[in-house]
Amino acid sequence: MSVIFLLIPLSILFAIAFLFAFVWSVRSGQYEDTTTPSMRVLLDEKTVRQPDSTPKIVSKPK
Amino acid sequence: MRIVRPPTPNRFAYLDSHEVRAQLVDYSDASLTRVTFLLPAIHCIACVWLLENLFRLKAGIGESQVNFARKEVAIAFDPDRVKLSEIAVLLTSLGYEPKLNLADLDAQPGNPATRRLWLQLGVAGFAFGNAMFFSLTTYFGLDAFIGPQLRVFIGWLNLLLAIPVVGFSAADYYRSAWTSLRRRLLNIDVPISGGIAAIFAQSVWEVASGRGEGYFDSLCGLVFFLLCGKLFQQKTFERLAFDRDYKSFFPLSVTRKCGMSEEPIALAQLATGDHLIIRNGELIPADAKLISGPALIDYSFVTGESEPVEKRAGDYLYAGGRQMGGAIELETLKLVSQSYLTSLWNQEAFRKDRAASLNALTNDYSQRFTKIIILIALGAAIYWSPISPSKALHAFIAVLIVACPCALALAAPFALGTAQRVLGTQQVFLKNPYVLESLAQIDAIVFDKTGTLTAAGAGAVGWQGLPLSETEERWLYSMTRHSTHPLAVRIGEAIARHHFPDPVRSFLETTGCGIEGNVAGQEIWLGSATWLESRGVACCSRTQQTPSSGSPKLEIPNPINHVGAHVHVAVNGHYRGCYVLASALRTNSAALIRHLSVRYELALLSGDNEKERERFRNLFGSGAHLQFNQSPLDKLGFIKSLQRQGKRVMMVGDGLNDAGALKQADVGVAVVEHVSAFSPASDIIASAAMMPRLAEVLRYAKQSVTTVRAAFLISTIYNLVGVSIAASGNLSPIVCAILMPLSSVSVVAFASGVTAWLGRGLQIDELKVARQKTSGPQLSTLKPQRTGGAA
Repeated sequence: MSVIFLLIPLSILFAIAFLFAFVWSVRSGQYEDTTTPSMRVLLDEKTVRQPDSTPKIVSKPK
Repeated sequence: MRIVRPPTPNRFAYLDSHEVRAQLVDYSDASLTRVTFLLPAIHCIACVWLLENLFRLKAGIGESQVNFARKEVAIAFDPDRVKLSEIAVLLTSLGYEPKLNLADLDAQPGNPATRRLWLQLGVAGFAFGNAMFFSLTTYFGLDAFIGPQLRVFIGWLNLLLAIPVVGFSAADYYRSAWTSLRRRLLNIDVPISGGIAAIFAQSVWEVASGRGEGYFDSLCGLVFFLLCGKLFQQKTFERLAFDRDYKSFFPLSVTRKCGMSEEPIALAQLATGDHLIIRNGELIPADAKLISGPALIDYSFVTGESEPVEKRAGDYLYAGGRQMGGAIELETLKLVSQSYLTSLWNQEAFRKDRAASLNALTNDYSQRFTKIIILIALGAAIYWSPISPSKALHAFIAVLIVACPCALALAAPFALGTAQRVLGTQQVFLKNPYVLESLAQIDAIVFDKTGTLTAAGAGAVGWQGLPLSETEERWLYSMTRHSTHPLAVRIGEAIARHHFPDPVRSFLETTGCGIEGNVAGQEIWLGSATWLESRGVACCSRTQQTPSSGSPKLEIPNPINHVGAHVHVAVNGHYRGCYVLASALRTNSAALIRHLSVRYELALLSGDNEKERERFRNLFGSGAHLQFNQSPLDKLGFIKSLQRQGKRVMMVGDGLNDAGALKQADVGVAVVEHVSAFSPASDIIASAAMMPRLAEVLRYAKQSVTTVRAAFLISTIYNLVGVSIAASGNLSPIVCAILMPLSSVSVVAFASGVTAWLGRGLQIDELKVARQKTSGPQLSTLKPQRTGGAA
């Protein structure tokens, strides 16, 4: 049963990975607009981005 | 009716001026600029597609991102290759004209607060879930298998998990508790912070000394639930702004005349003495003198006058009026911020900070609660101290741990937050849930007349005089079709039924007087009494007057003296009678007033003149205050005087002229025709359709506050149970781990459940109203909707 001392830290590591995924999703603004992304999936073609020289929206709080 | 002009290249030229540009863009460096435009026209998926593919249409535009709920588009572009004004022109040519207000120039703080709250909640939830899982092993006695090291191991692990929760997730509670203590108050965050500190200290001591694994699971759970409550109460209605002032109403630019040419300039750069061109439907940005052109100004939003006013060259025009008709030329006399209307914002009421009174219900209760808890904790400590000093300390801390008022703190956010959502579905939008507390305490209600009880431009049109024949009515209809004067348009719409217009010859419109023309050989004059009298027609003959059967009914005893605008009619120089254009009461207004007058003190303020005093006296009864010719400042003063008498006042208004009163009142309700239209700063934005049901909203507010009190009672019972266990010195982590989530969840379920259930009443009634509407006759309006306005 002492394997539990290995399993618990492992499970924590997994959970921390998910926590970081959550932090990333909040930081990238996914919790700010919950309406538009649901419409975007219905568009037929993907918005094709121009070559790298074009400006991108920097995700940062206003 | 809205006239869309094709965009001229220089229409948005002012956007390229350095000051405007610098204030408008969100982010800018050498190769990238980012700007957010509000595009009210966004309404479907195709809009999203088009706007996110802008880069295909113009080189230099990069990624663009639509926020559908806020109707905004964020556009990144290369400032060397494309100008800001070009983007605005492009959007306009696509049919998405950016709405640019003076307020856009003020720094917008954005909303990093919600982002932080989400992170705090995520961390707390992560720690709560894991800590609870690990603690289960010891609660179920698994450590008996593995040995005592497990208990120690889990203790330290939970301590590690709890550190970010105490340090980051709960940080805002300490800050709020500290501010409150410095003001010598005990708000709800004081016992919360005390509880968190007590639990953490006790648990750290237990783990460090090897006595047990502490209460870290309960601690993380507590913070997690509290943050859930906080997130729930932070519901905001996107696209609704409760803090708007005149700046959101005024445009960003005006057309200035310099010499023979015209140029658009930013309003901020407007100086006194500038000559401006104001076209049909545009707003007068600053107090000014009329130089040329017949002006017909709609002041309904600014002064509350229900009918547009005619002005002549040389007249003084107040800022905020809207020109109806042709283009006029003005000379500005004052700066935008110093005009008659805008100087209202220099009043004291606009500097008042009412945040302190938020959540008064919970904080009042927690004042008493905290004191009692400290007494009990001390009592327990004193009781145990002769027997065992360590047990005394344990009991003292245990009481603080158990009494941490998690359930108490959750009652108001969930009950009132649910009520806010229920009202939101009924087109009544609250600035925050705590407005309901103030709403429940109201004992005086002040109404603004125009736009609130009456709907401008939607009144009944009645005929006064000997009945018109079918032919005569057709002549008049033919005449009114040739004029764009608002009164002519309304009369035309009222008598339009199955008439085909006859040709009109030698039609002439004299501004401020009336229209004349020849229909089927008959010389017809329609206009003001003075104009007709100056042509030798005796008006207002007070002979026996019977309402024409063809025209809609009027319920006013003597319309000549009391009601709305009059348009007199003469045929071949002989007086025929006059049209009376009443400003219509909204449907059910009368019933609402009767209903409210039982429980509340009512008052009516109007910027309009006294012509309708009699009518409103009948409506309000003899006890109510009726004040006419009120300036925006008078309204503010009236609210203040009521408050000085100890009244809690609710102000119901719609225009900028009510802005001061709305701000000064304990609860300000802005009534709007369309929810997306402009409304002045207020606590509640309500759709005009909900006005007749104001009494129900007030009753619901009272009910939800009662629900909060009941939830307080429940959480107090939990606390009593917990405290009695704690004071006897028997508190164990497992008791805490059961009691704490149980109390929180049950209080949340009760608070949201009951308010949602009570809210059903509002929705059911709406069905009833809808059914009555379809079955009953609609007498009150001939013209269904008021267009234009703030759009």
